[in-house]
Amino acid sequence: MARFRVNGIERELDIEPDMPLLWALRDELGLKGTKFGCGIAACGACTVQVNGNPVRSCVTPVSAIEGTDVKTIEGLAIDVGGSKQLSAVQQAWIEHQVPQCGYCQSGMLMAVSALLEANPNPNDAEIDGAITNVCRCGTYPRIRRAIKSLSTTA
Amino acid sequence: MKINRRRFLLGTTVVGGGLLLGYATTRPSKHRVANETAGSEPFLTTWLRISEDNTVTVIVPHSEMGQGVHTSLPMMAADELDADWDLVKVEQAPATDLFANGVLVKGFAESLGVSFPRFLDGLASSATMKVAEIMNMQITGGSSSVRFTGELGMRAAGAAAREMLVKAAAARLDVPETELSTSLNYVHHEASGRSLTYGELASDAARFEPSSKPKLKEEKDFTLMGKSIARVDIPAKVDGTAAYGIDAAIPGMLYAAVKTAPVFGSKLQSVNAEVALSRRGVVKVIELENAVAVVADNYWRAKQALASLDVQFAASENDQVSSSSIYAQYDEALEGELNEDVAEGDAASALASAETVVEATYRVPYLAHAAMEPMNCTVHFHDGKCDVWTGTQDNLGIRGRVASVAEMDENDVTLHGFYLGGGFGRRLPTDVNTIDQATLIAKHFDVPVKTLWSREDDMQQDYYRPAVTSKFRGGFDANNQLVAWQNHYIGKNEPAEAAHTPYSIANKDIAYADSETHVPFGAWRSVAHSQHTFFLESFVDELAHRSGQNPYQFRLNMLADKPRHAAVLKAAAEKAGWGRNLPEGHAQGIALQESFGSIVAQVAQVSINSDGSVKVHRVSCAIDCGRTINPDTAASQAESGVIFGLTAALYGEITIENGRVQQSNFTDYEMIRLHDSPEIEIVSVDSGDALGGLGEPATPPIGAAVANAVYILTGQRVRELPLKNYRFTAAPVEAAV
Repeated sequence: MARFRVNGIERELDIEPDMPLLWALRDELGLKGTKFGCGIAACGACTVQVNGNPVRSCVTPVSAIEGTDVKTIEGLAIDVGGSKQLSAVQQAWIEHQVPQCGYCQSGMLMAVSALLEANPNPNDAEIDGAITNVCRCGTYPRIRRAIKSLSTTA
Repeated sequence: MKINRRRFLLGTTVVGGGLLLGYATTRPSKHRVANETAGSEPFLTTWLRISEDNTVTVIVPHSEMGQGVHTSLPMMAADELDADWDLVKVEQAPATDLFANGVLVKGFAESLGVSFPRFLDGLASSATMKVAEIMNMQITGGSSSVRFTGELGMRAAGAAAREMLVKAAAARLDVPETELSTSLNYVHHEASGRSLTYGELASDAARFEPSSKPKLKEEKDFTLMGKSIARVDIPAKVDGTAAYGIDAAIPGMLYAAVKTAPVFGSKLQSVNAEVALSRRGVVKVIELENAVAVVADNYWRAKQALASLDVQFAASENDQVSSSSIYAQYDEALEGELNEDVAEGDAASALASAETVVEATYRVPYLAHAAMEPMNCTVHFHDGKCDVWTGTQDNLGIRGRVASVAEMDENDVTLHGFYLGGGFGRRLPTDVNTIDQATLIAKHFDVPVKTLWSREDDMQQDYYRPAVTSKFRGGFDANNQLVAWQNHYIGKNEPAEAAHTPYSIANKDIAYADSETHVPFGAWRSVAHSQHTFFLESFVDELAHRSGQNPYQFRLNMLADKPRHAAVLKAAAEKAGWGRNLPEGHAQGIALQESFGSIVAQVAQVSINSDGSVKVHRVSCAIDCGRTINPDTAASQAESGVIFGLTAALYGEITIENGRVQQSNFTDYEMIRLHDSPEIEIVSVDSGDALGGLGEPATPPIGAAVANAVYILTGQRVRELPLKNYRFTAAPVEAAV
């Protein structure tokens, strides 16, 4: 039995311990916002946060995250007086019109929000080092702009 | 031939007190067969709904794959309608004939006196589908949505609906139409201070005949077109709710993982499924002609079980084919008889009498699309019907494909469209291997089955941008004038003009040899321009340097009769500060091309890293797409096009060995990431000419722009891509000023 919290909710799943978190989220819990891209941690489309750290869920067996707090894109919005409000990162993504096809952006947003949580004012080298996700549409110039808009106001 | 083009209403219906307006442009059918119904063939249909609650819904027949079409097309209709953008909603058209726009584009192009859009020719000639099938579709490709459906359909529909609303208001208020004006979903009668909303007028408006020639606005009166309106699809793409085909969640659904013959054309020989069938969740193992599928209650379980299968594929005649054997085959074909593409003047004589002749052979490899969303399709057969859930660049075409594979009537198949996690040509109706497999697998069940490919499947079972070899000869006369241009290349694909150079050269001999391979062919963002612009703009650069001329000025001198091209080239050079001092170790390269109706010039600023690899710092990109509908979306498409082309130039390479693709994932088919993404600046130099496309035109020039800068830094002319295969040493060339 795999036990962990997802977006604050306790989950208990009768699944194989080596099932990657990605497929537990998508096919067992129906949380489709986390995306499958490569299956080998090479693209970052499946990035979620485990205890606040960015993790590539396609290669993370559920046995490795037993008892942890998992946050997915569905949990990124902030609860303000009972209603959901987009986080500052999500708002910046709209402000800068970042997504194109949008498929990689859940993973991108989870990686960026983890980065900014740990380092509110990253320089270019720190951004490059932390955000290694692939965006096939090439939204990188806007991603950098959006991150910088957040770091200067942080 | 003059075609009698008419526009008419397909239907005005009172729906819940509102107006549903279906607007089509038609032409009388010339070759009607006896059993066809009488009437005209619609070739461009556009639908607007104005509801009693005063909302306007624009129904868009194209797929949203990040290019912003669900925003730009409604903007065009809403502007002509004088609608309030806050009251405009967007719906994806259902995949039914009523919303087809395929027949359409053909008819339009003919009626405007331009040729049949060649991106459709390409699809028709490259696939087993008949032209008739191709035409009956909702295609999103060829950078065509805004310039055809938008400019010719959406605007007319919005203008016609506005006129009908004004007529309804004139009747209701008992005043002449000339005293009425419209703005923000209201018809106003200024003299009496009375106003009516579109919602209040919608059902009355539906009773009027639409004008066959609605009056379109002049550019100065545009309220939405030309403004950077935020894309309607973006909010769902930041909170995880945007649904892609892979996200289809149908109750009771099973999941299929597939292993396909790695050598194209090979067949499945044998499968031992015993171990797989004993694994948790596995329901069935299905043998297809060239593949085997495991169906389970969870994708990961299906995939794990697939790995446990003992599968043998038959030997095939393609087992010995490799990239090097393909290039040898190309070289041989170019020595044989060629087909004429362009013959102007007498290139053979001009070369024979030239003072200097420059020769070079260029080539580029196969490329995969590598859309971020792996290929997938969910199919459910039930009660003699079939439902399909997938993201495609042509919902109607894919519906037809499923019907044909399942041997069903098209009308018994319902296609549920989704956002596309990348298209780039991979989700066109010519590229159907996933769709076919999903259909054949689901046929074994009465529950829905989602067939999902792994990244490895996606990389190794693509329809590839073909490898091409191109041989050049350029001849200068005694006055150092370029007088002869010879270009012999492999495989004429689409667009047909892709190998044509815009420069004025007296004698041109452009010809090609066909050389078929077993590697599946597919349209890849910008199609044949992706190879040829690298060749053309590299060789022109080579000629400039060999004749001691500045590569920018050399091009400009040959564009005297092409003012739009010249203006774009100048704009890119100015933006980049061409010729000004650059940081130590940096150089600039320039390239220009027209594609899909838009002209693009790019300047790349490049340096060589200490490990000999290439670093692109900055790209200045000038575009003339006639007129820009949504400047911010246009800029993002240009940025995207640059990075797509740059990824190919730096890293893109699919190689064939023993008949199969060697690359398998992003580890050996590398993508540009944030750290190697350059600064990109876009300059719009709209000429006011006919609208050009934006999804593709920024992709072609970047490879040559970068390679031309590399030459200045290293003295090494890059005649083969990708650049990752080189280790350069800085050896700056003294370039002409």
